[in-house]
Amino acid sequence: MPSILARTLESFVTDTYGRDQWLATMRDARQDFESFEFFFEYPAEEIDRVFDATARRLRRTRAELMEDLGTYLVSHANVGGLRRLLRYGGADFESFLESLRELPDRARMVLPELALPNLRVRRLEGVGYALDCGGANTDMCCLLVGAIRAMADDYGALAMTELADPAPGRDGRIVVTILASGFSKGRVFDLARLGQ
Amino acid sequence: MTVSFDIEALGGAFPMHLRLDATGTILGAGPALERVAGGRHLTGCDLLEVFSVERPMCVEQLPDLRPGERILLRFREGRPIQFRGHLVPAVGGAAAIMDLSFGLSDLADLGGAGLTAADFSPTDPTLDMLYLIEANGMAFSEVRRLVERLRCAKSRAEEQAFTDTLTGLGNRRALDRYIDCAQAGGDGFALCHVDLDYFKSVNDEHGHAAGDAVLRTISARLLRAVRAKDKVTRVGGDEFILIMPGMTDVDMIDGIACRIASILQEPISFGGHAHRVSASIGIAISSDYSRIDPDRMFADADAALYLSKSAGRATHRIANVSN
Repeated sequence: MPSILARTLESFVTDTYGRDQWLATMRDARQDFESFEFFFEYPAEEIDRVFDATARRLRRTRAELMEDLGTYLVSHANVGGLRRLLRYGGADFESFLESLRELPDRARMVLPELALPNLRVRRLEGVGYALDCGGANTDMCCLLVGAIRAMADDYGALAMTELADPAPGRDGRIVVTILASGFSKGRVFDLARLGQ
Repeated sequence: MTVSFDIEALGGAFPMHLRLDATGTILGAGPALERVAGGRHLTGCDLLEVFSVERPMCVEQLPDLRPGERILLRFREGRPIQFRGHLVPAVGGAAAIMDLSFGLSDLADLGGAGLTAADFSPTDPTLDMLYLIEANGMAFSEVRRLVERLRCAKSRAEEQAFTDTLTGLGNRRALDRYIDCAQAGGDGFALCHVDLDYFKSVNDEHGHAAGDAVLRTISARLLRAVRAKDKVTRVGGDEFILIMPGMTDVDMIDGIACRIASILQEPISFGGHAHRVSASIGIAISSDYSRIDPDRMFADADAALYLSKSAGRATHRIANVSN
């Protein structure tokens, strides 16, 4: 899992700020290689150092960086595939949120070792949704927050997505408050545009 | 016992179905199939006019299709989207229902039709298939990227393993390879052993930087003295071996060796000093042997080189081989 995150971070920094910024970040983090590989394993503390170095260089907190990364994952043209995957989940934002429960299983169909957090989605009366992220650390929760925010835009829903204050010993919880589900037109999506 | 649905419920359960009468006329279609059909007319047309049936073979009329049988069919008009389906007998508003799904070749883009998640029934794994196809593509492009990087790294490492870092010439490993190639070429070749004279004194009197500069200049001169297909390797401190594929003509070899001996004699300026070396050369020609044995050629070229040294240096000898 961490190597996929690191590889994603590399694409994010490269696509958003340029290759030079990425190479400088890797130097900041005292890494003697330039590029992460999706399928390699790296020591967790090494990857951690790269994330910290990136946050410092971009003047973001670690949480903000993870949210940016989540947003990048589902909104940048270079990773259009993931947005498509998520859009398969449902025809509107609510059904998308409901579909997140199936996401880990779907992801495991492709990469059996991918350990996505166990997402439990609950409808909150009159407010929106609560997502309990079983086994997810704060980084992963922040990334999900960023991704869900971007998906709300994508669906044209007006929603507030926030990480609830973590209670000690409890799983991270994301609260999505839906103010208007058909707020704007959103991005056009049909399944047929695969690979375009 | 009979269970009946109204048309709308039927469309919800089977979004890609056709309702047929006993003669094969299409009475109606599920909402997703209508969307896939786009401008093509379905209702009121004959099934076999809209679709060509590819399996089973030789279907000319609806009764040729048996219920439960696997059917492969394509749109005749427009993009020939492929479907698979089966026929289910019905009572009431239709004689039969044909339930369809996308054929594998059209699954990846759903026939190019503007479908969304709402067009599929919740139990239909088509969306999961799309998920799999898309994610598989992403994972695969990562694999390709990785393989490409490893391939580049491998060829770089190989190149380094076969290169003398000081001069950029091939090293002894490269020489073995060049000899194998020359031998496999079948046209014969000349093996030319070049040993520098007086090089040691350049190193001793002017230091290694001067020695390195001399070696680099000598390498460049050797490359200029031979044809593009000839291979120049550095196999020792001041020893070079040249492999010249197809070169078995003694007169030509004499000419080349004289040229090499002459240009290597020209002074080399480095550090405000004109350094002078020369070259003694020993040559073995593969056509002189009844059976080519590289080790023997090395030994003979070496012996010829020794004769050159004894003859006063800056000259060459071709091995005198008696079979």
